[in-house]
Amino acid sequence: MEHRRVTLFAGHYGSGKTNIAVNYALLLAGEGKKTVIADMDIVNPYFRTADSAKELEAAGVDLVSPQFANSNVDLPALPAEAYRLVEDKSVYAVMDIGGDDRGAYALGRYVPYIREEGDYRMVFVANASRPLTRTPADALEVMREIEAAGGLAFTDLVNNTNLAHETTPQTVLASQEYMAELSRISGLPVWLTTAEETVAAGLQGKLPDLLPMKLQAKYFDLPDDRKQPPKPRPLFG
Amino acid sequence: MADRVLMKGNEAIAEAAIRAGCRHYFGYPITPQTEIAAYMAKKMPKIGGVFLQAESEIASINMVYGAAAAGMRVMTSSSSPGISLKSEGISYIAASDVPAFIVNVQRGGPGLGGIQPSQSDYFQATKGGGHGDYHLIVLAPASVQEMASLTVKGFNLADKYRMAAMILADGTIGQMMEPISFENVEIETYDKPWALTGTGMKRKHNIINSLYLKPDELERINFQRYEKYRAIEETEPLYEAYRMEDAEICVVAFGIASRVAKNAVVTARNEGIKAGLIRPITLWPFPKKALRDAAAQVKAFVSVELNMGQMIEDIRLATECTRPVSLCCRTGGMIPDPGQVLESIRQAQKGVN
Repeated sequence: MEHRRVTLFAGHYGSGKTNIAVNYALLLAGEGKKTVIADMDIVNPYFRTADSAKELEAAGVDLVSPQFANSNVDLPALPAEAYRLVEDKSVYAVMDIGGDDRGAYALGRYVPYIREEGDYRMVFVANASRPLTRTPADALEVMREIEAAGGLAFTDLVNNTNLAHETTPQTVLASQEYMAELSRISGLPVWLTTAEETVAAGLQGKLPDLLPMKLQAKYFDLPDDRKQPPKPRPLFG
Repeated sequence: MADRVLMKGNEAIAEAAIRAGCRHYFGYPITPQTEIAAYMAKKMPKIGGVFLQAESEIASINMVYGAAAAGMRVMTSSSSPGISLKSEGISYIAASDVPAFIVNVQRGGPGLGGIQPSQSDYFQATKGGGHGDYHLIVLAPASVQEMASLTVKGFNLADKYRMAAMILADGTIGQMMEPISFENVEIETYDKPWALTGTGMKRKHNIINSLYLKPDELERINFQRYEKYRAIEETEPLYEAYRMEDAEICVVAFGIASRVAKNAVVTARNEGIKAGLIRPITLWPFPKKALRDAAAQVKAFVSVELNMGQMIEDIRLATECTRPVSLCCRTGGMIPDPGQVLESIRQAQKGVN
């Protein structure tokens, strides 16, 4: 897989940007690249990049996260450290942008640097199972809104069509038509297809450019829905 | 597959409300429920509905009151501090016997508290919240699918009984994503001859009001309203029983806490402890009979809550304190770990409270 120095994941909220950004950063680090991931989400209060802090640290990926992520402070502020991603050209930078146009506003201040350097990939993450992007035309509308707010045009598409724990290889294969149409009307290539690793195992050889993803077990997963048991957490602290 | 979509809990409420015939949304944004307003803002204009972000929570609940009086299916949504602001209007809605649908996606309290999940508005939802003698129908979803199905049920029950129904969810269920379907949405419709729709000079005018000048008249109306509440307590309680057939320890939990509790029950069973779970789906009417029946079978109850112990009082009342009830809780936006619930089950098994 060919990488650019800066990779930005944006899209409709709930499309899977954070999971993809984390797994892509882990992939880069696995290839021996010095990698930094930044949580640029100024919209979402829960389920953030910082939830994977331990895995990222273990893989040697630097995490830049808003000071108030996962806290009770509902303040959409980004840390000054985020400039490192655009200024330090010795690292591979992965940027996890907040959902929709509202999330993409946070991007504006970094765009001049990203454009000037010109070594980036601006990725639209699509999930055909999300109700507000059910048709390729709906998804294109969201793409245009994000581009207008963020000031950066998309260069690639990622197919992350899934139904959480109900996802089967068929769920992903059935979305090919949707992605082909989105690719046609946007004029952009489908760079990757992403799927949880057990689903991805059933897609090997059927799709090019597949990124299998490890997803975190959550405390609210139900016994029947779970592929693997949750990791124990400390009671306090 | 085509019929299943991946949704956030908050979105599921909004979409289900639209499908249930709601065309009037009045609200004011607050984390962690803002997706409901955002979804309505996007969708309502496309389907001829009204989305209005009012100048405050107080204004929005009074807009709900007005639209409800006109016989519309109408809703508002907020999170804990916002519901406190709406509580005066909710009391007026209750006193006027008009149907309305209210969503509280709870966050940590009291006060401004925080934006992380909580269940600390149980008392507020089930015991009143606003002033005066009244109840709300209170529904507690434990999944994104239930966010949708209980929204539809809430609109149906509100119209059926001419009263407000509330979804009492928490930030996690509002924010989490699960695959759901809208296939089995059953919309009930009720005539509203009482609504303010204009007489057309053909009938006597209707009055929607919560002010009574004569105390005996107000008393009579309050008595009548409580007749209705008694009927609801008789017919509408809903709950889920999980592995209760031979249970000796009964864990009671609703919403997000019930999911953690279910995992703990499975682990306890693997350890040889006969644990089961009763998950109230209606918090008012509380499933008293299910708890009373369980008390005849189990030796202890464990109440798992994201608050300092609120539902535990209803468990004790329902079981008339015939069995010990212990509390397993976290608060302030923290969530009990399955290990903490398991430890509480072990202690209950040993007879330690």
